[in-house]
Amino acid sequence: MQDNPDNQAGDRRQFLKCMAWAGAGTLWLMKGGVLRAQPLGDGATTASTADASFSFAQISDSHIGFHKEPNMDVVGTLRASVALVNAQAARPDFLLHTGDLTHLSKPEEFDTLAGVMQESHARKVFYVPGEHDVIGDNGAEFFRRFGERQHAGGWYSFDHRGVHFVGLINVLNLKAGGLGSLGAEQLAWLKKDLAGLSAETPLVVFAHMPLWPLYPPWGWGTDDSAEAMSLLRRFGSVSVLNGHIHQIQQQVEGNITFYTARSTAYPQPKPGVGPGPGPMKEVAPGALHRYLGIRDVRHVQGRQVLAVTEEVLS
Amino acid sequence: MKAIAHGSARLRVARWRLGVLLVMGVVCGVIAASPAAMAARTSASKAMHTQQIEIRNFAFAPATLTVPAGTRVVWTNQDEEPHVITSAGSLFASSKGLDTSDSYAVTFSKPGTYAYYCSIHPMMVGTIIVQ
Repeated sequence: MQDNPDNQAGDRRQFLKCMAWAGAGTLWLMKGGVLRAQPLGDGATTASTADASFSFAQISDSHIGFHKEPNMDVVGTLRASVALVNAQAARPDFLLHTGDLTHLSKPEEFDTLAGVMQESHARKVFYVPGEHDVIGDNGAEFFRRFGERQHAGGWYSFDHRGVHFVGLINVLNLKAGGLGSLGAEQLAWLKKDLAGLSAETPLVVFAHMPLWPLYPPWGWGTDDSAEAMSLLRRFGSVSVLNGHIHQIQQQVEGNITFYTARSTAYPQPKPGVGPGPGPMKEVAPGALHRYLGIRDVRHVQGRQVLAVTEEVLS
Repeated sequence: MKAIAHGSARLRVARWRLGVLLVMGVVCGVIAASPAAMAARTSASKAMHTQQIEIRNFAFAPATLTVPAGTRVVWTNQDEEPHVITSAGSLFASSKGLDTSDSYAVTFSKPGTYAYYCSIHPMMVGTIIVQ
């Protein structure tokens, strides 16, 4: 990790100030599985923050190692995203990184990612791998550096202030012609992990690839996600957070609400628009930041409600 | 038509057979591959023959490639996304992560049907038929 030289500190402050001024985003209040959107910066944010018991932030798809249009500086945009999280009035208890830390699973890419993440003020970062993080070694290097080591398969769970969090792996052992995959072993573990929980426990489940059939022709889904959802259905509040598609998409199914996150690196086209997924190269210079961003999630104690704030870099 | 009409019956049959062969090539969906594949059959050094598969927009082109044994098949990634060539059933070695413009080559010496996919985008599938 490199410290910013002093002569850059002024620029950095200016940049943060600029982002605070232009940090237009959306505040998502989730109540009983229904989202309510509010733009950031209209005063409502402060009120919503006041009754939150804790918050966490999600970042995704940093793709360290990517160096093409529309983003020649993915390290810079990741750094700006971390700064945006740091600039939140209420410090998030932790960060979630929902995968594709790197572009090609190279050790030096993991090094760079880890260095930038150290700039976060959050006490802890939880990671799940994307398919870009497991190239060539089935994720051995990823898990060695960022794994929680609860299970050989890499999946894990933890409890935080009354909310049960589950990190799933759906980018390994993929079958020809298929989508993302959880596999029988992980599903059996999930069943056991959830068995002792009361239906009132709020759940946050996160994985890289969408855990619902968002757009299978482009591989945007998980083959056995329905089996996982059948285990989650009895719970009153389930939020599923994914990355992979570099844009915000949402879906509500009963008490389960699905969200995909923006990338900190580059946007991808909307499902089915154009010949295939991949970076949107035609983003106008200066407009890229509008497509990149972070997600801030606040838990409101006693209401089984998670308030989700989308914030762009801008 | 006039030339054929004036030609010998034997020549007409030969031309007809050549036409059928060409049509079969088209029907089998190996339009792009067939001229090169025919060249390979007449080539003295089969082992040096190379066929290209392009990876573009998360698809292999051609998705099915028929080649004579001994052909070297070269995949080239034209996408901004990396891809990994992986044999279904591990019949040949997997590539490393192919970044934009990276290539991977495999020489197929034994006849058979080789299904493959991208291990990180498994909806991308292709087949190489080695004759």
